[in-house]
Amino acid sequence: MSKVLVIADHDHGVLKKLTLNTVAFAGHYAEKTAGSFDIAVIGHGVAGVAQAVTSYGAAAVHLVDHPDLAHPLAGPWAKVIADLATAIGADVVCMSASSIGKDVLPRVAVRLQAGMASDVVEIVTTSEGLAFRRPMWAGNLMGDVIISSPTKVVSVRSAAFDAVALGAGSSPIVASSAHPDAAGARVHFVSFDGTASSRPDLAEASVVVSGGRGLKDRFNSVMEPLADILGAAIGASRAAVDDGYAPNDYQVGQTGKVVAPQLYFAVAISGAVQHLAGMKNSKVIVAINKNADEPIFKVADYGLVADAFVAVPELVSKIKLLRA
Amino acid sequence: MKILVSAKRVSDPNAKLSISGDRRWIEGDVEYVMNYFCENAIECALQLAEEHGDIETIALGIGESDETARFIRQGALARGIDRGILVVADEQTTDSDLIARIYAAVVEREQPDLVLIGKQAVDGDSNQVGQLLAEYLGWPQATFASKLERDGDQLVVTREVDGGLETLALSLPCVVTADLRLNEPRFAPLAGIMKAKKKPLEELELSDLELDDAQPKVRIVHMSAPAGRKAGMIVKDVEDLIAKLRGEARVL
Ligand SMILES: Cc1cc2nc3c(=O)[nH]c(=O)nc-3n(C[C@H](O)[C@H](O)[C@H](O)COP(=O)(O)OP(=O)(O)OC[C@H]3O[C@@H](n4cnc5c(N)ncnc54)[C@H](O)[C@@H]3O)c2cc1C
Repeated sequence: MSKVLVIADHDHGVLKKLTLNTVAFAGHYAEKTAGSFDIAVIGHGVAGVAQAVTSYGAAAVHLVDHPDLAHPLAGPWAKVIADLATAIGADVVCMSASSIGKDVLPRVAVRLQAGMASDVVEIVTTSEGLAFRRPMWAGNLMGDVIISSPTKVVSVRSAAFDAVALGAGSSPIVASSAHPDAAGARVHFVSFDGTASSRPDLAEASVVVSGGRGLKDRFNSVMEPLADILGAAIGASRAAVDDGYAPNDYQVGQTGKVVAPQLYFAVAISGAVQHLAGMKNSKVIVAINKNADEPIFKVADYGLVADAFVAVPELVSKIKLLRA
Repeated sequence: MKILVSAKRVSDPNAKLSISGDRRWIEGDVEYVMNYFCENAIECALQLAEEHGDIETIALGIGESDETARFIRQGALARGIDRGILVVADEQTTDSDLIARIYAAVVEREQPDLVLIGKQAVDGDSNQVGQLLAEYLGWPQATFASKLERDGDQLVVTREVDGGLETLALSLPCVVTADLRLNEPRFAPLAGIMKAKKKPLEELELSDLELDDAQPKVRIVHMSAPAGRKAGMIVKDVEDLIAKLRGEARVL
């Protein structure tokens, strides 16, 4: 019997939908090991988040609310997660491979003397026990790894697990006594420069439209109308971000976000392996590129060889007409 | 001040890979390059040294002896890092945790003020070592750094995170993991390549580090190719694209 502890992702008190993909992973693991899962909500003033996750099948929802946890600093967060995991006897601790998950989970692993598997996409049964499947080499190879320590830490690639649906049950909320160290912290939060956007979150959107270096300083004027008409999130290649046409958190790929929406548009993106690593599991891929030989056409379901400056506005106005 | 930087070699990401017979690793004529993120870490150390002076820079490589030594010399010492440390270990079976414990043991010996590590290695893609090390040492960390400034014994680091850019202030000693936009790594000058041959490179065995246990906690039991996508089609024009997306794909 296993006990899985899911750490909820939230943005200063607003639940992030990817938590529900992590819960799906936890549910699978619990099912394969005849166990159960709990959810932990960590932060300050986050009782609302705890309330929001009570109907997804958790045996309990743990609330760790403390002023020193308001900002997700890796050290204090890792301490309370590890203390809570020990207190409830968790043998698996997981969180999405969000920037917080990547930052915090390895420190949790050290505290629990646990091995960690990053970016897990599947749980596989092998002759040596349950293994975690994860992409390696920019997703060109998949490795099944076995963690031999009694406690295991996993970061979950949310795009690989369907979010769980709202259930009927109501998990009890337990106020946890886990708390960060009072000792003088040697790291302080200074500022956050957010990318303001009213669009859906890139990691959660069902339609993503990404632009590449080919769009140059017309990135926004080409991509925004397309995103508007499709209700899409906007993504970008690394080259478009490096050249300053798009903000850093738009980056899709090996070192950016990994997405798997219903519909993905790659506009003026060549299709380097590092970009493909972040989008090749999308349901339907559309590529618009003026060069027919680009590798992006090898993964696209529908390729349009055209100048994006002409084709995208035309696409937008034709979709508008259809919807009028 | 002393800075320890990572110098890991990785198989060339653009080369075709084949899985070994026992399906636990890769095989064949693999070309290696310096891990890109380590290049950013090395560049960052060099810039700090140039800017502030009186900084000793040390590169740590872990792997097979001759090959890893060559990468430490060519990728780090030739660019200007002062000296190297090679810890001989089997690259296939060392997991992130064991790598972090090796780093911690080297930190114990060298007492650096700052450890700069690539945020991930583009072979294993785990993105763990810097964070693991910081916890083993009980040091603060700033991961995914895209900007770093030193202000006395404080570092101000900007991090690339979901939703934007976050800035943290850390006091030394600490661990920083480098992201690609941190800087433009320099090429090694010809003179640097010559000089690198004479720079000190200490070779250590795992047994020299007196780890409590040198076993990995995570091991690969099977490798496979990802599910491929079936070949798509080229549409005639925008009209045709819309028809396909509405018709067979049902996504519009
Ligand atoms: C360690 C590492 C990690 C990386 N991680 C990432 C990552 O996470 N994400 C990522 O995206 N990349 C990543 N990269 C970079 C990657 O290798 C490529 O350099 C990058 O994806 C290229 O971006 P691009 O396709 O926009 O630019 P380019 O490769 O320059 O392609 C531009 C494309 O635009 C097309 N084009 C130009 N003008 C037009 C027009 N008017 N109409 C239509 N098409 C046009 C061209 O035909 C071309 O295909 C990484 C690289 C490294 C080394």
